[in-house]
Amino acid sequence: MKLILNTLALFAVLTSSAASAVEYRTVLPAKSAIGFSFSQMGVSIKGGFKRFVAQMVFDPAKPEAARAQIDIDLASIDAGSSEADEESAGRLWFNRSVYPRAQFVSSQIRPLGNNRYEMRGMLTLKGRSREMVVPVTFKPGKDAAIFDGAFVLKRLDFGVGEGMWADVATVANEVQVNFRIAARGK
Amino acid sequence: MNTMLRYSPPAVVLHWLLALLIFVTFPLGVYMHELPLSPDKLKLYSYHKWIGITILMLASLRVMWRVTHTPPPLPDGMVRWQRLASQAVHGLLYVLILAIPLSGWLMSSAKGFQTVWFGVLPLPDLIGKDKALGDLLAEVHEILNFTLLALVILHVGAALKHHFFERQPFMQRMGLGKKER
Repeated sequence: MKLILNTLALFAVLTSSAASAVEYRTVLPAKSAIGFSFSQMGVSIKGGFKRFVAQMVFDPAKPEAARAQIDIDLASIDAGSSEADEESAGRLWFNRSVYPRAQFVSSQIRPLGNNRYEMRGMLTLKGRSREMVVPVTFKPGKDAAIFDGAFVLKRLDFGVGEGMWADVATVANEVQVNFRIAARGK
Repeated sequence: MNTMLRYSPPAVVLHWLLALLIFVTFPLGVYMHELPLSPDKLKLYSYHKWIGITILMLASLRVMWRVTHTPPPLPDGMVRWQRLASQAVHGLLYVLILAIPLSGWLMSSAKGFQTVWFGVLPLPDLIGKDKALGDLLAEVHEILNFTLLALVILHVGAALKHHFFERQPFMQRMGLGKKER
């Protein structure tokens, strides 16, 4: 919690000078979601994370100045079944007692046209950081704008599912991650 | 003994295929669900489900065949209660070989795991994900299975009794051997 508060404070300082006509920076947690799916014995399993903190600043007029950060509480996982939820906490998966959260911090956002953007950033999971390239679609709305993104993560790049679970014939290496962040503009 | 005292070859083949698959997948089901979560457990669950759906397909054929073909009559000397018991046990066996894999399929859907037969043919989820319903169906699946076990013991016991103790050529009814005349 302290970490989140510190991050929020830092974020506020960093972003206080940036002011523009339409700037999205108030994330609406109730309308935001992070989900994933993966293949297990050839069967698609869906899951997600219920608790996460998303912070962002986005001005369509100045996309290169946009920033986003998402902190995910790994204990809030829905991995498809209670048995899998429990298993995911273990040393072979998230090793959650040592690495309780995952974090994504954007480094560069590039407009692709047509309200589509390419967001680069660092994903840190289980103590390992990898640069990810995430396509994001921006949908302006009356009450809130919606930012939809999806990318494929290779779980073994982060040591998620080690030992006996490294067998990708049973649980696939590729995990499709999808997120929807709703934010209000000013 | 004439050929009328033998089930038709399709019925015999389906009977023994089903018997073999049930004798493999019943103990597999009992064994696998006690295991801690591991890749092997996930594999065994898949194999169990694939065999179960195979049983459902073969059992459907078996029941359709049974409905459209008359089975060989029971020996003349058989007493009334045994005839009734035979009918009841066979009727229940036909119901269970359909109901058990069906309950497993529904359970799997309710627990949020679609069944993909041999990893190739996805079966529709007839019901949505619902934990309470999934737990209930797991109970139903287990109760039906142990009912089947009891009935199979009766079924095999009765066949052996008629064959060996009463010296009736009972086992030939489900055999594929040379025709006796």
